[in-house]
Amino acid sequence: MAGSRKEILIAGFGGQGIILAGVILGRAIALYEGRNAIQIQSYGPEARGGACRSEVVISDEEIDYPMVTKPDVFVAMSQEAFDRYMGRLKPEGTLIVDSSIVRFDEGKIPPRAYLVPATLAADGLGRRIVANVVMLGAFGGLTGLVSKRALERSLRDTAPKGTEELNLRALAKGFEIAEGLRKQDLQGLSGH
Amino acid sequence: MSQSQTLKGIDYLQGNEALVEGAIAAGCKFFAGYPITPSNEISERMSWRLPQVGGIFVQGEDELASIAMVIGASWGGLKAMTATSGPGFSLMQEGIGYACMTETPCVIVDIQRCAPGQGIATKGQQGDMMQARWGTHGDHEVIALAPASVQEMFDLAVEAFNLSESYRVPCLIMAEEIVAHMRDKVRLRDPSELRLKERRRPDIPPGKKIDFHQLDDEAGIPPMPRFGDGYRIAVSAFSRNRMGYPITDRDLHGKLLRRLSNKILNNIDAIARFETSFLDDAEVVVVSYGTPARSAKSAVKAAREEGIKAGYVRLITVWPFHHEKLRALCGGAKEVITVEMNLGQIFGEVERAVARNAHTSLVSSPGVEPPTPWEILSKIREVA
Amino acid sequence: MGEAVEHPALKYFRKERLPHVWCAGCGTGQIFHYTVKAIEELGLDPDRVVWVSGIGCSGRIGAYWIGDNMHTLHGRPLAFATGIKLARPELKVIVHGGDGDLASIGGNHLIHAARRNVGLTVICVNNFNYGMTGGQVSPTTPLGSVTTTTPFGNEEPPFDLCDLVASAGATYVSRWTTFHARPAINSIKKALQRDGFSFIEIVSQCVTTYGRRNRMGDGPQMMRAFQRMSVTKEQAARMSEEELRDKIVVGEFVDRQRPEFSAMKRELMKMARGG
Repeated sequence: MAGSRKEILIAGFGGQGIILAGVILGRAIALYEGRNAIQIQSYGPEARGGACRSEVVISDEEIDYPMVTKPDVFVAMSQEAFDRYMGRLKPEGTLIVDSSIVRFDEGKIPPRAYLVPATLAADGLGRRIVANVVMLGAFGGLTGLVSKRALERSLRDTAPKGTEELNLRALAKGFEIAEGLRKQDLQGLSGH
Repeated sequence: MSQSQTLKGIDYLQGNEALVEGAIAAGCKFFAGYPITPSNEISERMSWRLPQVGGIFVQGEDELASIAMVIGASWGGLKAMTATSGPGFSLMQEGIGYACMTETPCVIVDIQRCAPGQGIATKGQQGDMMQARWGTHGDHEVIALAPASVQEMFDLAVEAFNLSESYRVPCLIMAEEIVAHMRDKVRLRDPSELRLKERRRPDIPPGKKIDFHQLDDEAGIPPMPRFGDGYRIAVSAFSRNRMGYPITDRDLHGKLLRRLSNKILNNIDAIARFETSFLDDAEVVVVSYGTPARSAKSAVKAAREEGIKAGYVRLITVWPFHHEKLRALCGGAKEVITVEMNLGQIFGEVERAVARNAHTSLVSSPGVEPPTPWEILSKIREVA
Repeated sequence: MGEAVEHPALKYFRKERLPHVWCAGCGTGQIFHYTVKAIEELGLDPDRVVWVSGIGCSGRIGAYWIGDNMHTLHGRPLAFATGIKLARPELKVIVHGGDGDLASIGGNHLIHAARRNVGLTVICVNNFNYGMTGGQVSPTTPLGSVTTTTPFGNEEPPFDLCDLVASAGATYVSRWTTFHARPAINSIKKALQRDGFSFIEIVSQCVTTYGRRNRMGDGPQMMRAFQRMSVTKEQAARMSEEELRDKIVVGEFVDRQRPEFSAMKRELMKMARGG
């Protein structure tokens, strides 16, 4: 039950494109990275505002158990999601948090934590709705679990017509933010 | 979700979407269904895909209408399907019984959710497994399949149509929310690589009144004419004679009842399929079906790594339940563990099959999530 | 004795099924006759006409039809018929049902089939009660009538089925009684020539359960009562609500054009295929 298996949890509120982020990620890995990736969604009855989570399991082997229990990477896009799921992250796991909306006690976050102002960055691109894609770019750049090229191809498959360019810019922005954060890491300034 | 994706080859789809593509590849040309979570993606994709392939989608005014329209369309000569979840499945039971009695090919998908009552609409369970078997009144046989992966949502949709057409019986796809909403890589097989089955049509020309509502062959499957082709057929769910007319006679009724059952039971070896692994020397066998089988497989592999002689059986076909075959598969096992996402429905069938030779136990979850591999592994360790 | 003359409807009847289930004096057999007369006069090929029915005395009409027929579930004949019509739009599909079948347990399907304008010819045998189960109250039982479940007289107001389906969108609607043989046959003929959802209500005598409890006499006496009670819609327009209380308003109420459901589905296919 170990091996190359990686569990990713993306959580936020309905309307942020949380499930879609998981779909784009799963599709990128399964179709364009040649690895296995199963995506599972969890949602409440409401279309907007409720708690929402998307789980992706990545592996080189056949994926039997499809649920995420102890995520290797937790992408938090709302306060409620952060508060609820932070405790599930593996001790050595990676936290990627949308620092433009989530507040937290700096003493309580894990060593590998990255603060990505995804919603602010999306606002900067003119459409808050692409915060999820900024986050995906940051995820790719920070974890190395998926390439920019694979994410781009997956985005082109799934983005609604007319929004491809905006989404690709959001993705590039995410990778750019990740690069900055990694440089800080190398300089020993760490993510927080 | 974007609808501009390729409809051939490899795609990354949700279970519900893959199921629609499987149905269409199998030749489904009619769908009627009523909105209900968590099956809605099936209706939604059908409403988009069926007209493209010359098929008809109807959103019924309720589930009673939906199953009735499906049966009507089937007698009009189309391969037809509906999809629902527990509450709607309950409403459809009378129609399913009508389809059993009139030997109408049709496919009914139940994306099971936590129940009873409204339960939890957005979470999965395997709570309708006994309803699938005995939900409609009277002695009858149906076929029920339990997909465990997105690929199987496609493949078993094809198989459901094939079985339904071959045996003139409603075929149920008993999936649940997790596999329905799970996304994975799926190969959309081209119809040319599938071996599709079609209902047998009468080989006599029309003009003569049809007398094959009842057969002397005790397990026979009568040919099925289509409305409007001149066979002047009388379809009814009354117990009937050869002409299809109502009877009240004990012997004739018994003959009909037995034929409707035997046409399935006498072919159980061809209908009932299993996935197995690690069975050769297995002392502990884990039996499961649908999504929980993924946990079971993971646990059995882990047990093998620990040197425990554990084996794995997955029921692909749950009904008809092949007790004899399961008994043979569990062979020398001293313990048979059933894993399911309910308080123990199929467990009773497994017990009937193996309890004389092995001790039996149950690892179950009430729904929402399947039992975890760790729960199953700890049970395997305990009994090994 | 001269040569026996066969009843003209018998050539459309599955003779091997005689005797039929209907009581002496019942109007249901007349409605079978009116329907086959309309088919014969239009010269329709019986092999291209499917009869669908539900449960109850009128539910048996379809099963005696010489051609394809489907005896379905209680309340659901319209939904079964919708499936048939969509699969084989080139066929004429006739639905017979009673007031209980079509308006009570199947009421939802009635309004939605009318709304969709499914190309069905629906003939409602309104005998004011559930005859086959012994004579219980139905949604069309008149106020004050005695049935096995309204021993003190019916206190529920009845439905006007023609009004109901007309508001729901039916494209042909008429009402007659079994007394009005020729107008009923003409109406069925008209309906069979229309593309959309046609609804013909025929008030019919149930001698054994409804008539007996309400002291209406035998079949011919009940038909004469229908004759006395009937007023045309033109006469009705000049009458007060009080004057109309025990009357049956007969005539054609709707005759209009709207796109038919199965034709719309075919159009949709063309659109989806980029045609």
